[in-house]
Amino acid sequence: MMNEIIQGILLGGLYAMFAVGLSLSVGVMRFVNIAHGDLIVLVSFLLLTLTTRLGLSVIAATAIVIPLTFAGGYLLQRLLLQRVLSRNNNVLAIVLVTFGLSIIIQYSLQGIYGADTRLVSGGGIQTATIVVGGGVNIGVLPLAIFLAAVALVSALDLLLYRTRLGARIRAVSDDIGSANLIGLPSARIYAAAMGIVGVTIAVCAAFMSVWTNFDPTSGSSRLLIAFEAVVLGGLGSLWGTLAGGIIVAVAQSIGAHFDAGWQLLAGHLVFLVVFLIRPQGLFPK
Amino acid sequence: MTSPGNQGPLLAVEGLSVFYDQFRAVDGIDLTVSAGEVVSIIGANGAGKSSLLKAIIGQADRIEGIIRYEGGDLAGSTTAEIAAGGIALVPEGRRLFPSLSVEENLQLGWEVGRRGEIGFDQVFGYFPVLKERRRQKARELSGGQQQMVALGRALLANPKLLLCDEISLGLAPLIIDQLYRLIPAIKQRGIGILVVEQDITRSLAVADRFYCLLEGKVTLAGRPGGTSRAIVMKHYFGS
Repeated sequence: MMNEIIQGILLGGLYAMFAVGLSLSVGVMRFVNIAHGDLIVLVSFLLLTLTTRLGLSVIAATAIVIPLTFAGGYLLQRLLLQRVLSRNNNVLAIVLVTFGLSIIIQYSLQGIYGADTRLVSGGGIQTATIVVGGGVNIGVLPLAIFLAAVALVSALDLLLYRTRLGARIRAVSDDIGSANLIGLPSARIYAAAMGIVGVTIAVCAAFMSVWTNFDPTSGSSRLLIAFEAVVLGGLGSLWGTLAGGIIVAVAQSIGAHFDAGWQLLAGHLVFLVVFLIRPQGLFPK
Repeated sequence: MTSPGNQGPLLAVEGLSVFYDQFRAVDGIDLTVSAGEVVSIIGANGAGKSSLLKAIIGQADRIEGIIRYEGGDLAGSTTAEIAAGGIALVPEGRRLFPSLSVEENLQLGWEVGRRGEIGFDQVFGYFPVLKERRRQKARELSGGQQQMVALGRALLANPKLLLCDEISLGLAPLIIDQLYRLIPAIKQRGIGILVVEQDITRSLAVADRFYCLLEGKVTLAGRPGGTSRAIVMKHYFGS
């Protein structure tokens, strides 16, 4: 059982990495981006092309992609999402628009790459393990992902709470009307925040595309788990999202120990139980 | 926003109308504010006072007429540009950022504003309690302290023109006195102040000039000393 818990915690790092961008848009910018998972898959395919066609390493390809995803997030917010948000005060409009975006991305990827499952080569890191003893082996890649997730959450936390941009983002999140009244450029601030979400998407895509198989539809299936991590952790809390991701992953890992069919169900059940007891999440802001 | 010579008033509003969809909240107003002058806008709820202030800072839906600031037309300027040019608003209901600390709220005022002589030291000099509480979240403060932060945030923008929207709303008389005592000190700095209030007595006590608004129109204008309270009341309620 110890092994399942450890593997679950490490998998939780991946879930948290997937969810932390969603956590920013839901908790701080207060909208739901249904296409979040599809954007991660889109970037995964981009990394696949860069590594296979140009022969770049994943790390070099990611370094190229990060500025692109920042710009992509910025422009997506500025040119599309902000227009929807400013013209419609209801939550449904942005859900529909990002749902449409999700479908466009999935079918475009299917058209270009086909429906096969893919994996990006990590140059041997996938199979490297550390033998801890007592029947516990820790994969080097899952450990690296977990540590990267902790680093990512720390960096975002510092950015949000220790920088001028962070204070501006929180101000617009608190009261966008007041931000406008005192002359803060709220549209540009939200666009920058979405650019940061874009960076988390690139980092997540880099690790996910090396560790797990993906195909054009994987994004939406993983979105549910990401939502569970965000809601479990409490809206607006980045560390909570990390905790939420770990809880769901450990539940899945223990569930799978008893029966492979129980893996996903166990995660959802634990989410439901915690949600019923603490609907505000574990660390609400 | 050019400043040619500066012989005219700091702010000159000419034939201003403000619309929300089809509704005309302000109807053809003319008014001026000079540097170092306190001008009060009095009027009942819905008279168009807040709409006038929103129009000046560039947050009205649609306007007609001209708003001149330092001689230049503000049409087409964004609120960010207007704030950087030296107009700061203390919004109705304070509108602080509740999850941000007092210091962060004030800092944002500094960042959006004009560079000038008013810094944290001056604001903490006006409101010593804010210095003690600068690390606390704005939502943890009392109403009076929150209003001090709202005023401090606007002052840190180093405005040439300060717009105060109902700063007495919901506060204890003692706190209101404390806030209004600052108005002459702010005026001393050469800042033009436009005060919007429902409380006529308090508003007229600090004003050099006043305008009375009724249903979007100026019904009376003058100096507080030269107008009897009965006449002001008549124009305030329109009866």
